[in-house]
Amino acid sequence: MSELMELNYTVSNEDFTRAGEASSDVKKKLKQLGVSPDAIRKVAIALYEGEINMIIHAYGGKIKVTISENEITLILADKGPGIADIDKAMQAGYSTAPDKVRSLGFGAGMGLPNMKKNSDKMDIQTEIGVGTTVTMVINI
Amino acid sequence: MKVSDLNNLPEFTLLSDSKESDITGVFCCDLLSIAMGKAPSGSAWVTVMANVNTLAVASLTDVACIILAEGVAFDSTLIDKAREEGIAVFKTDLPIFDAALLVNNSL
Ligand SMILES: Nc1ncnc2c1ncn2[C@@H]1O[C@H](COP(=O)(O)OP(=O)(O)O)[C@@H](O)[C@H]1O
Ligand SMILES: [Mg+2]
Repeated sequence: MSELMELNYTVSNEDFTRAGEASSDVKKKLKQLGVSPDAIRKVAIALYEGEINMIIHAYGGKIKVTISENEITLILADKGPGIADIDKAMQAGYSTAPDKVRSLGFGAGMGLPNMKKNSDKMDIQTEIGVGTTVTMVINI
Repeated sequence: MKVSDLNNLPEFTLLSDSKESDITGVFCCDLLSIAMGKAPSGSAWVTVMANVNTLAVASLTDVACIILAEGVAFDSTLIDKAREEGIAVFKTDLPIFDAALLVNNSL
């Protein structure tokens, strides 16, 4: 499949004020490429939640977005603490976010479920003490 | 109704200007992850969550405007971000339900 564009971002640790920068930028680029609003919304939601998770639960990380003719692939890799129980983490409402984060409106435990719901394929590779890589594919 | 029509209601004060757009509904929620997943594009989003991340969510979901209810305190970074993103932000002393009802009745 021919690749049209690759975008790379670094998400910095604990910087809530900049959360969403990667998602906004990707959204703008997809608009320019004429991708459907429906697919753009899915990408924006999935990527924003992933970005927030890297800030809250890991120590920041890297995002790679690949846009090809039929699909958009989002790869979010962090060197955070890893996820002990993926099934539990995927449950709506499950969250280990601290109170400080909750007071900002995050930590409802809806992030991973939102990511799953808005992507056509999602895969989580994680190792305790090493990090987590979430890969999501959205068909366009 | 247009976003600018809200400014004609004495209960609402415009904090940051924006490009003109249509308000097609009303959405209420303070949890950003829920708003991120559910806020309909074109809606007036009524919330008491007044931080810079509220703007990020509003921008990504393409809501028409944000209404900060209950006279909540907000900081200047929120307004700076609103200008940057071109999203109208209003404040009101009304509770969330009353603010939403007022917008809904004016649609
Ligand atoms: N990148 C990550 N690194 C480590 N733990 C994570 C990561 N992403 C998610 N988690 C874990 O999964 C839980 C659920 O995530 P999520 O559904 O996004 O909810 P929330 O972020 O609101 O806690 C988090 O509370 C956290 O324990
Ligand atoms: Mg999350």
